[in-house]
Amino acid sequence: MQQVNKKPKSLTEARMHYCPGCGHGIAHRLVAECIDELGVQGRAVGVAPVGCSVFADDYFNCDMIQGPHGRGPAIATGIKRCRPQCVVFSYQGDGDLASIGMAETIHSAARSENITLVFINNSIYGMTGGQMAPTTLLGQKSTTSPKGRDAAVNGYPIRVCELLSQLEGARYLERTSVHSAAHVIKTKKALKKAFQCQLDNKGFSMVEVLSMCPTNLGITPKECVKFIAEKMLPQYPLGVYKDLDAKKG
Amino acid sequence: MGEKLLMKGNEALAEGAVRAGCRFFAGYPITPQNEVPEYMSWRLSEAGGTFIQAESEVAAINMLYGAAATGTRTMTSSSSPGISLKQEGVSYCAGADLPIFFANVVRGGPGLGNISGSQGDYFQSTRGGGHGDYRVFVMAPNSVEEMGNFPLKCYETAEKYRVPAMILADGILGQMMEPIEFKFEAIDPKQLKAPDWALGVNEGRPKRIVRSYDLREGALEHLTLSRAKRYKEIEDKEALCEEKMTEDADLILVAYGTASRVCQAALKMARESGLKVGLARPITLWPFPKKKLSELSARAKSLLVVEMSLGQMIEDVKLAVECRLSVHLHARCSGAVLTGEEVFQAVQGLLKKSKKGEALCSR
Repeated sequence: MQQVNKKPKSLTEARMHYCPGCGHGIAHRLVAECIDELGVQGRAVGVAPVGCSVFADDYFNCDMIQGPHGRGPAIATGIKRCRPQCVVFSYQGDGDLASIGMAETIHSAARSENITLVFINNSIYGMTGGQMAPTTLLGQKSTTSPKGRDAAVNGYPIRVCELLSQLEGARYLERTSVHSAAHVIKTKKALKKAFQCQLDNKGFSMVEVLSMCPTNLGITPKECVKFIAEKMLPQYPLGVYKDLDAKKG
Repeated sequence: MGEKLLMKGNEALAEGAVRAGCRFFAGYPITPQNEVPEYMSWRLSEAGGTFIQAESEVAAINMLYGAAATGTRTMTSSSSPGISLKQEGVSYCAGADLPIFFANVVRGGPGLGNISGSQGDYFQSTRGGGHGDYRVFVMAPNSVEEMGNFPLKCYETAEKYRVPAMILADGILGQMMEPIEFKFEAIDPKQLKAPDWALGVNEGRPKRIVRSYDLREGALEHLTLSRAKRYKEIEDKEALCEEKMTEDADLILVAYGTASRVCQAALKMARESGLKVGLARPITLWPFPKKKLSELSARAKSLLVVEMSLGQMIEDVKLAVECRLSVHLHARCSGAVLTGEEVFQAVQGLLKKSKKGEALCSR
C-alpha cells in the first residue's frame, strides 16, 4: 500500500498535550512540514513562548530555546545575529505576541530582523485559563471580561497584521486560519513563503494564524470552527498584508 | 597589552569586554553608563561583532539570552532602574545556565533617583536580583584599570560554572578617567572551544534545548540543587579580597568600589596620625570573602563598614564575623559623595570611644 502522508521529521515523537479541538497541533505540523520541505531542519532554531505552546521546545525536532513571556522576537534576534546561517523562528500566542511582547514584535519588524514569527491568534489566553486577550472580540466573554469585552472598559481588539504592515521593515505578512482543510493548506503555503523570505535574506516575516481554543471559549470544537468562520473572520480578514515580491512585480 | 592608555571607566569596561572576546552587545541608553553602548556601537563592528540598540532594557537582556544560547560571549550594561528591568531575563539566564556578562553602573535611587554614583544596588546584585533561587558572580572594581581588566575574569568564571556574571560599578567609576593597562592578550573568540550545549547548526547531532523550566514533580528542585553545588564551589574558590595595612590594625575599614578608594585616603590620614587602621576591600561581592573577613575579625578590635548605601554590605560583614567584634557603619546614600575627611573623622570618633572604654570592643 502506498503511504501518502507521514509525520514530518521536524516533529519529535513526544506526545502533544494539547486539548481536543485545539489548533496548535495543526500549526506545529505545518511549521514542521515547511522546515522539512525547505530542507533546513539541520539549521533550524525555534523559540518556544510562555503559554500553551511552551512545550513546543519538546515537540519541534531542531534546536529550541524557551524564553520569557513576550520576548520571543528579542531572543530570536540574538540567535539570528550570532548564527545568521540558522533559520530562526519564534512561535507565539496572542497574549505573548500582541500584549506583553508588543514592543518586541514591533521593533523586531522595524529592524527587519531576518526571522520568522508564527503568531497563533485564538482570541483568548489559553494556559492561564481563558482571560481576555488583546485579540478578544468585542462582546466576547472571558474570565476577566465575564460580561463580554466592553470597548468602554477594555478597549478594542488589535489587528496585528494591519499594524505591522505600516512598517517598512516588515517584509512578509499574511493572516490565515486553520479552521478548515482548505485554510490549513493556505496556511502552509503562507508559512513556507515566510520561511522563504528569511532564506532569501529579505528580513522580517510573520504569519498570523487564526486558531481554535474550544476549551477556553467554553464551546465544542465544532462550535469553535463556526466561531472562527462567523465571528473572527469579519474582525480579522484573511490575506497577504505585505509581500515585498508582489510590490516589486 | 603593555601600553598605558588614558580612558574613561565606562570605555575601559567596554574595551575590556571586547578584548575578552565579547562579540554581542545589546543595550539601551541610561545615564551614567551611556559611554558603554556608544563605544560598543563602533568598536564591535570593527571587531566583527554585533551591536544592537534595543527598544528597551527588557528586550536587550532577552537578546542576550538568545545570543548567549549560541555560545557567544555577550554583554549588556545599564544603570540601576534599567538593571531592575533586566532582572527577569537574568533569572532566566541563571535558570537556563547561560553564562551572560553584564554591568551595572549604579546611580542614586530608589526610583528615578539621580545620576550620581551610589552603592544602593548591593542587595539586588548579591542576592540574585530577580525571582527564584539563584546567584550571580559579582565583581566590584575600584579603578578604571579594574573596570577594563575584570570582564575577562567575569567571562571565565561565568563559563566555568555556567552562571551569569556582573560588574557592580557606579557613576563615579564609570565617568572618571585614569590610566589603564590591559593585562591580558586580546582573545579571539573563534579560538575558544564551542560549548557542548550551544544552539545553532544541528545537523548530525541530537537537538539541544535551552530552557529554565521543568514541570515534572521534583525535577526542578533536583536541577536547582545541582546548581547549588556549583554555587558552593564558587564560594569556596572564587572569593577575592584586597587588604591594606591590616597586620597591626586595631580598626579595619571594610569597603568596596568607590567607597574603598575614599577609604584609602582616610587610611593615609589615620596612619599619619599614628592610628592603627587597616582596610579590607571585597573584590568579589558574591561570593563574599567571608573567610578573609573572619580571619581579620580574629586580629582586629573592631570593624568600620563604609558604604554609599544605607548599610547593605554590613549584613554580609556581620554574618562573616559572627559577632566576634563590634561592627560599625559609616554610610552615605542616594548619590551623596563620601570624603576621606569624613571617614577619618568617623575613625577618630570610634577610636576615642574605645580609649574611654566605651563598648567598641565587645570581643
